[in-house]
Parts: sequence; structure tokens; C-alpha cells
Amino acid sequence: MNNRRSTFLVSAMAFGFAFLYIPILSLIVFSFNESKLVTVWAGFSTKWYGALLQNEQILGAAWLSVRIAFMNATVAVCLGTLAGFVLARMGRFRGRLLLTGMTTAPLVMPEVITGLSLLLLFVALESMIGWPQGRGVTTITIAHITFSMAYVAVIIQSRLSSVDESVEEAAQDLGARPAKVFFIITLPIISPALVSGWLLAFTMSLDDLVIASFVSGPGSSTLPMVVFSKVRLGVSPEINALATIIVLLVASGIVAAGLVMNQAEKRRQRDVQMAVAANE
Amino acid sequence: MADVKRAIENVEPWNDPQAQPYVRIENVTKMFGEFTAVDSVSLEIYKAEVFCLLGGSGCGKSTLLRVLAGFETPTSGRVLIDGVDMAGIAPYERPTNMMFQSYALFPHMTVENNVAFGLRQEGIAAAEISKRVGDMLDLVKLGPFAKRKPHQLSGGQRQRVALARSLIKQPKLMLLDEPLGALDKKLREETQFELINIQEELGVTFIVVTHDQEEAMTLSSRIGVMNAGEIVQTGTPNDIYEYPNSRFVADFIGSVNVFEGRIVEDQPDHVRIESQEAGCPLYIDHGVGVTSGSRVWVAVRPEKIEITRDKPAQQDNCAAAVVDEIAYMGNQSIYHVLLESGKKLRITRPNQSRTSSDSITWEDQVFVAWHPSSGVVLTA
Repeated sequence: MNNRRSTFLVSAMAFGFAFLYIPILSLIVFSFNESKLVTVWAGFSTKWYGALLQNEQILGAAWLSVRIAFMNATVAVCLGTLAGFVLARMGRFRGRLLLTGMTTAPLVMPEVITGLSLLLLFVALESMIGWPQGRGVTTITIAHITFSMAYVAVIIQSRLSSVDESVEEAAQDLGARPAKVFFIITLPIISPALVSGWLLAFTMSLDDLVIASFVSGPGSSTLPMVVFSKVRLGVSPEINALATIIVLLVASGIVAAGLVMNQAEKRRQRDVQMAVAANE
Repeated sequence: MADVKRAIENVEPWNDPQAQPYVRIENVTKMFGEFTAVDSVSLEIYKAEVFCLLGGSGCGKSTLLRVLAGFETPTSGRVLIDGVDMAGIAPYERPTNMMFQSYALFPHMTVENNVAFGLRQEGIAAAEISKRVGDMLDLVKLGPFAKRKPHQLSGGQRQRVALARSLIKQPKLMLLDEPLGALDKKLREETQFELINIQEELGVTFIVVTHDQEEAMTLSSRIGVMNAGEIVQTGTPNDIYEYPNSRFVADFIGSVNVFEGRIVEDQPDHVRIESQEAGCPLYIDHGVGVTSGSRVWVAVRPEKIEITRDKPAQQDNCAAAVVDEIAYMGNQSIYHVLLESGKKLRITRPNQSRTSSDSITWEDQVFVAWHPSSGVVLTA
């Protein structure tokens, strides 16, 4: 009985892994394909990696995407933290329900609608006050901030609601003004949430195709937009090479983060055990 | 300094008409919407006192403490500390410090930095801070743990960090919310005495909130018993235990047997009460000053009732009973006996010798009796 169940579990796990990773594996394998035709294997080669490094368009788009993602993540963390703090700590006030709704609306809004409405806003703004001039990096960044700050706000709010509020009260009780308490007590305590909020905003911006397509202008194509337009003309092995590099970067990032967290957790466990042992 | 000394020497300032209260709470009411958490509470607390607010959960004791700390604004009434009205003074400007139930230590700071936090806010020179922090850590016996973070400490050590962190500001008034609530029983008993030693050494005025009556009895100079937002009785632990003013207090502090009855004779030096439940005339050696025939309750503590096999000589305060249950607790035994009226009494007897001499056991016919001074007449 037990044996049969474990066979079942193992095969289910194998199937699950296969389902998730075979597409990625085949992509990695074909990035080393000699042939220009993606579906025909013609021998091992790294020439597409060389071609990728020569491709100004893709490299430019990648650099642009990283810059936008960086600015977006930084601003979104600032704004999202403020929104999350207000929602978690200010108690009841007039317009709280409205603020909650407005903060979380971008989470459920279809991207097409967000993109279209932002495009209309930017066009109207330009004709009224002359800013933002044309569409490009600025408009993409603003558009990304509007939806990624919603995710940050939710992360910060949920983190704050699990932090004992009396810690902040204790700091006030000991003579620190509320603004100071926020910077020297609240922020350090929620710093893991700030980091994960920043990373999430960064990834979402890097990932976004739909909204960026609406609000970008000439000469400001982000990486997903370039990849998408290239794929429509037929999948190029260069894109496979690019995707492989991205997968490797992301995977090593995740493994590194996992190792660091594992270490920290082990150290923490050991400390706690020592404290308990010392007490007995 | 002279003030502190006098307050310590004067053991019962609340009985001294000359003494000036240090903390005055005047008709403080706190409403949350329609709910009244604190209902016109007035208290006078003297310097270097340990005053316990005792009550069940939701009785408003923690809210009152938060009003004193400045985290809640009273709906009406006012609070004076050392003669200064606290209205409009923010928590970070008050001469009070609070020790939170959860300790609320700063998790990202070492023990040393936790304790130094309050002094840093005052802008005191670094050299003086480190000296005072060192002294305080020695006082609470945490010197060797100065560089640790809170998660590297045991519960008892965290409790002492929290205490040190609030005491180092030398507050005029120290507020403690269930200070021993998170400790296990043995540690709690040790810590109670340490807490009082430190309090006496520094001469700080303590207001302690607790739901644990034993804790209140051992810690406090006086207790204020709270129920549904109101202070129902204020007094020394002895007053509260021996002379409760209502059935609520009698029942809340320790356990008690209550007989319902009617006054048949009320003299300045004694009362006689007729009680169906007791099945015997009740005689108490103090007057009550209520009209004859009015309904009253007589409370008798379990340890003040005697059980005997033979009928005692006294007529009053003596009834026949059957032993229903016996619980052996080690240091004492608890007897549940049934009176003829069906009323169940709880009686405790210390186990002075290893084997009980009269060996009263289940289903035995016995007599219960108590002294005229043991009962208390309650009118509410």
C-alpha cells in the first residue's frame, strides 16, 4: 500500500517537473543549435550567443528594460510603502475604503484596460500641459509604477499587520516622535518586505509587454516588446540564446537567495536553541 | 529625593490626610463608539506605590493604562501626574514609561541598544548613556547578554530587558501591562520578588495591570478591582480579600462560599441573618446598617470553615453536611460538602500531618462551622 502510494507520488512529481521544465530545457538545448531553423537540429554551436552580443537592438532594449525596471521598482517601493503603512496603521479615517479600493484596483484591472487608459491620460496631459512630451521611457516608467506600487502596497500592508504594533508604541513611549519611529523602527523591521516588494516590482516591469506596448513611443521598445515582435517574424535562435541567459541569471539569483535565507534561518534556530538551553 | 524617602517611610499614605496623591485620575471615561471601555474612574495613587489594576479580560484595565501612557485620549475626565494635567501631551513627551505585555522589544537591536533607546531620544552624551545602560543591565542581571538580540534570549531575560528599557528613563510613573503574564509559574514567582526589589530600590511609582489575583496580591501596596469599566473596590490586598464589598469582588479574589439570606437583627456590634441555604442562623460580629428584612449575602472563605465529625457547641454558623468530593492538592485538601438545603460548600484544610487524623472521607456525615468574625455581609 505504502509502496504503491510512493510510486504514484514519484510519478506525479516526475510528470509535474516535466510539464514545468521540458519547455525551458528544449529552449536551452535549441539555443546551441547550429541551424537557423529552430525546429531542425543541425549540430552543436554557440554562434547564436556571439550573434546576440552583436545585436545592438536587443542589447539596447535589454538595457532600457533594466533601467525602467530599476526606476520603477525604487519609486514603487517608496509610494507602495506609504500606501501600505497608511492602510495598516492609520486605523479608520474618512476615505479609507476608497483608498483601499484604489490601491488594489490595478491588481485586478485587465492590463489592456490599464494600458489604454494610461495612454489616453498621457495624450490628454500632453495636449493640456505639454507634459509628458511624447511617449517613451518616462511614460513607460510611470505606467509601470502605477500597477507595481499596488503589489508593493499589499506586501507592505500584510507584513505590517503581522508586526506587533506595540513595538512602535514602545518607541514612542520612550520618547521618539512618530516620524522617527517610522524610520528607525518600522522600516528596519519590515526591510525583508521592502526587498521582496522591490524585487517583485522589478520583475513585473521587466516582464510587462501589454502596458508598455500602449505607452511606449518610437525608439523606446523594451525587451519583451522586441522579443515579441521578432518572434512574430519567425522564432530566431538568437532569442533562444537570450532566453537561456535570462533563465540562468534568474535561476542563479534564486539559488543564491535561497542559500542566504537558509543560512540565516539555521543561525536563528541555533541562537534560539542556545537561549533556551542557557535558561534551563 | 526627600519626597521619595518620606513616601517609603510612610507605609500607608492613603490613610494619611496630609499626603498628596502623585497620580490623580479624575472621572476618566473612555468610549469606543457606543462601547464604554472605562466608566468614570477616579483614583489617587501615591508616590512609590505599587498599584494593581485587577480585573478579567475586557474590564477596561488595559485601556485605562493606555490612557495614562497617552495612547488613548479619554472621552472625558483628566489625568494629573505630579500635579501636571496630561491632556494634549503626546506619549513621547509624557513622564511615563510602559512595559508592554508582549515586551515589544526592538527585534533588530541588541539588548544594549534596546535599553539605550530611551536615553538616545533625550540626546544624552554617549559616555553617560553607556554608563547608565551598564548599571541598568547589572541591576537586572543582564550584563553578559548586552550584545545579544532579543530572539537570542529566553522569556525571562526578555522580560528583564523590557523592564530595564522602561526603567532607565527614570519615569515618574511606570506602567506595566501584565508584566509576568508570559512567564511560566516558577519563573513568575521568582520574578515577582525581583520586580518588587527593583521597585523599592529605585522608588518608582508602579501601576500594574493584571488579571492574575495572586500576582496582584503579592506585588501591590493597593489593588483596584475593575469590572465592566468601573473600579468596584480599592484597598490593600488584605482589605480586598478579607472585606470585599460585593459578591463580584469576593468571588473574583480567591474562592468563596456565599449564602443568600435576610437580616433579622441588625445591631452596631452584630447582625443575625436567616438563610434557607445555610440551614442555620448566621451570626456575624459586625453591623451593616441596613433595614431589617432586606436581602443580603454572607461570604465565608473556604479556609475559614471547619469540618468536624462531632457536633460543635455553637448554635449559629453551624450546619450538618455530607462530604461529596475530596481533592488532595498536596499542601492542602479541598472538600466539597453538601448541606441539607442542597447548597454545595467548598472548604480547604491544610495537610499539617502526613496522614489525616480524623480521616474524614467520602459520604461521611459531618458538621461545618465557622467563627462569627469569619463571615462578611455583602449588600451587593
